[in-house]
Amino acid sequence: MGKSIDLLQGTLDLLILKTLALEPMHGWGIAQRIQQVSQDVLQVQQGSLYPALYRLEQQGWIEAEWGASENNRRAKYYCLTSRGRKQLERETSNWARLSAAISQVLETAS
Amino acid sequence: MLNLHALFHINRAEQEMDDELRFHLEKQIEQNVARGMNAEDARNAALRQFGNLGQLKEECRDAWGVRMIEELLQDLRYGLRQLRRNPGFTLIAVLTLALGIGANTAIFSVVNGVLLNPLPYPQPDRLVALYSHTQEFSNASISYPNFQDWVRLNRSFSGLASYRQDNFTLTDTGEPERVSAEMISASFFSVLGVKPAMGRTFTPQEDQLGAGPVVILSGGFWKRKFGSDPDILGKAITLDSLPYTVVGVLPANFYYSGNNFDLSDVYVPIGQWADPTFRDRRVAMGMDAVGRLKTGVTIQQANADMSALAGSLAEEYPDANKGKGVTLVPLKQNVVGDIQPYLLVLLAAVGFVLLIACVNVANLMLARSTNRSREFAIRIALGAGRRRVVRQLLTESVLLAFVGGAFGLLIATWGLQAALKVLPEALPRAGDIHLDGRVLLFTLAASLLTGILFGLAPAVKTSSARIQETLKEGGRGASAAHHRTQTFFVVAEVGLALVLLAGAGLMVRSLAALWGVNPGFDPHHVLFFRSSSPPLKSTEAIRASWRETHDRLAAIPGVEAVSLSLSSRPLGGDSDVPFWVEGRPKPATTSEMKFSLFYVVQPDYLKVMRIPLERGRFLTSADTERSPFVTVIDHRFAQLYFPGEDPIGKRVNFSILNVTAEIVGVVGHIKQWGLDENAGSPILAQCYFAVAQTPEMFVPLVGLNLPIVMRTQGSPLAQAGSIRRALHQVNSLSVIYDMETMDNIISDSLSSRRFSMILMGVFAVLALVMASVGIYGVISYVTSQRTHEIGIRMALGAERSGILKLVIGRGLKLALIGVAIGIAGALALTRFLASLLYGVKPTDPPTFIAVSLILIAVALVACYVPARRAAKVDPLVALRYE
Repeated sequence: MGKSIDLLQGTLDLLILKTLALEPMHGWGIAQRIQQVSQDVLQVQQGSLYPALYRLEQQGWIEAEWGASENNRRAKYYCLTSRGRKQLERETSNWARLSAAISQVLETAS
Repeated sequence: MLNLHALFHINRAEQEMDDELRFHLEKQIEQNVARGMNAEDARNAALRQFGNLGQLKEECRDAWGVRMIEELLQDLRYGLRQLRRNPGFTLIAVLTLALGIGANTAIFSVVNGVLLNPLPYPQPDRLVALYSHTQEFSNASISYPNFQDWVRLNRSFSGLASYRQDNFTLTDTGEPERVSAEMISASFFSVLGVKPAMGRTFTPQEDQLGAGPVVILSGGFWKRKFGSDPDILGKAITLDSLPYTVVGVLPANFYYSGNNFDLSDVYVPIGQWADPTFRDRRVAMGMDAVGRLKTGVTIQQANADMSALAGSLAEEYPDANKGKGVTLVPLKQNVVGDIQPYLLVLLAAVGFVLLIACVNVANLMLARSTNRSREFAIRIALGAGRRRVVRQLLTESVLLAFVGGAFGLLIATWGLQAALKVLPEALPRAGDIHLDGRVLLFTLAASLLTGILFGLAPAVKTSSARIQETLKEGGRGASAAHHRTQTFFVVAEVGLALVLLAGAGLMVRSLAALWGVNPGFDPHHVLFFRSSSPPLKSTEAIRASWRETHDRLAAIPGVEAVSLSLSSRPLGGDSDVPFWVEGRPKPATTSEMKFSLFYVVQPDYLKVMRIPLERGRFLTSADTERSPFVTVIDHRFAQLYFPGEDPIGKRVNFSILNVTAEIVGVVGHIKQWGLDENAGSPILAQCYFAVAQTPEMFVPLVGLNLPIVMRTQGSPLAQAGSIRRALHQVNSLSVIYDMETMDNIISDSLSSRRFSMILMGVFAVLALVMASVGIYGVISYVTSQRTHEIGIRMALGAERSGILKLVIGRGLKLALIGVAIGIAGALALTRFLASLLYGVKPTDPPTFIAVSLILIAVALVACYVPARRAAKVDPLVALRYE
């Protein structure tokens, strides 16, 4: 495994929302997906994943429902709400602005 | 929004969290195995990766709750800021709520103390008050021989005890003093379950004729008279010249209440009372009883048992007992029975006041929220959920209600203290009234409910306003839906206020009617008091003392007339006697005879009381123990038993008194049973006997405990000193007590009515003020919203008077609709007042017309101010008004 980076809270929320924008998924799947897509750079710890999911659920940005998993086990699936979708858009553009700004600062400074 | 699901289903949420985490763990293990680990290593690695599971769960739980609490705090802070920003609104709202909740708390604490709290005995619901049931009374006192048979033969009670009031003169312990006494059965305290604080209660042997005199002291008397002497037991105190050995002292907080029971200084065994009449089965000497039901016996079973027993006693002693039954009343009902309807009516009335307060504050909030509708529209447009907005508004209103409730509690505390000080005699169990946990809970619940009640309508209204329109309207928000709600509220308020006003009006009219009732005598300048002296041995000496008492008192300057007033006393005690008219068929038994109240008085009694003499003569000083026995009857006696006949010269047999009396005169009827006496009152016939003609056997019974009435020229109470001096000349050991003006006695007899009338009045005025504030608020609000329109009208040539009419007309219309609805409501509700009214029907038209006019007048005034303001509007300013 390569070097992994701990995620800031706000960033994790953004990643979860983004992941769920594709399709409803359970906690395990979300962690796996983030890890795969980031090619193992981003490792999501259970200790931050589940509190983040519950927080997002409380905000009304995601909803949970119990369903059957791939091999027919009961699993809790999360999906994005319409408010969550708006939130995702907001956060994505925020993130774009933020990362652009940071790159700008880094490039200028070097 | 509040995660109620998580709150109420916390266990289920926990379970789901466990399931979810386990699923994750198993997936991790599967993955580890797929990567080639053996099962045990895979599991350990997965667990290691999970880290501290407990901490993880805790963090998850935090994620549930934190937001909820954070938002609540946020709402609270925001709410507080809103309230601070509008001090005028906050003040009026808090004041309105404080009055509404305070009044409710006060009345509820009375209801709680008097009606809800159990009596202070073990298993108080097993206690029952017992009375004799006769033709005339359902709760007559019991004759002692009958009571003894009840004790012996009943199967329902684990204990039965009787009691009657008496008085003694205490001597040899400082100044001679009149002490109140209660004669009780030996079992009295054990039936109630009360243990003495010191010593013991009476033994059955002490509750017998001829046993040695023993006494139990009340806690208060022991402290006051004997400085709480710890060695009092076994000592003797002198009561009516006899030494009584102290065997016990009662706890200071001992409480009991009944017709023939007063919390007394001393308690003595009833069985020792040697009066011969006491043991006459035909005579009841003001004695009642209390019993404790055996475990498992219901009051219905006890009723059946006692009825059967009364039946067999009637067969055995037909002369005394024919037609007599037994009445059982749960003790609590016995204590609070009379006051219950008043309290329930007051509770309902005060509930109306709170409802009006709610409507009023709801209207204020609605007006305010309309002004804030732009704020909320923007918030909703920015993504705040409607529910979030409703919650924000509800938090504000509940906050307001709690602030109001806190002040209400203060108002209730002060109000209660003041009310109980002014009207202590109006309530039984007044000592049990205080703010306890249940009252606080009530206030809390009332505040919460109030907050939700008055907050909900504005909150829902505001959040459901159409955003675009609101934003377009530029914050004026004068939507018709808003006006409709406010209009509805005003109408409701006026209607509720009218119901209260009608109730109060009816009670005022009842009391006024009662004050106007002629009691049959002139109570002004009449003084009542009792004098008591140690008993004398010979009946001759007692008779002489009666005469001397009268003569000495009559000689006081400023005293117009004076008379002893034994047996019945107007609005006071009542004594009745069976009779039959000679020359008519004699009833077979005493219990089949007719009854008359009797008054044993001296010749000047008519002068004292100013009772009119209708025919014949009244008693004179020539009527003595040596002259033929005579009686004077009242108008009702003549009407009932000598219709169309001249009663003068007729002879009436009073077998219990062992006399036959010739009727020598007829006098006016007096209202013995209170000013509200009516044809349904138990015994209406009255007759008078001369004190001087008291049969020899009753002389020791009367003794020197003398109730006296006196008419004075000036203020009756100013004579107290001269009365004392005069009576000390008759007997240096005499004591005077229970001094009261007759005016006062009459006014006391109305105290329950006055108590409830005053409170109803206060509530009605509160309602009126709130309703007028409501009308004022809404009319001025609506008018200010229409400033623009009014400006246009005026610019187009409308007269100022026309505008005035327009605005007032609008308010008047609302008031009239409210009045109409209120009248309908009042007509439906006032019949529950019927039992509390006197001399007016629950639908009394003058009352209804008067209160409607009052309400309309107040509404007009409330509309006039905003109407004038509108009429003064400068059209130019109005048109620019945004």
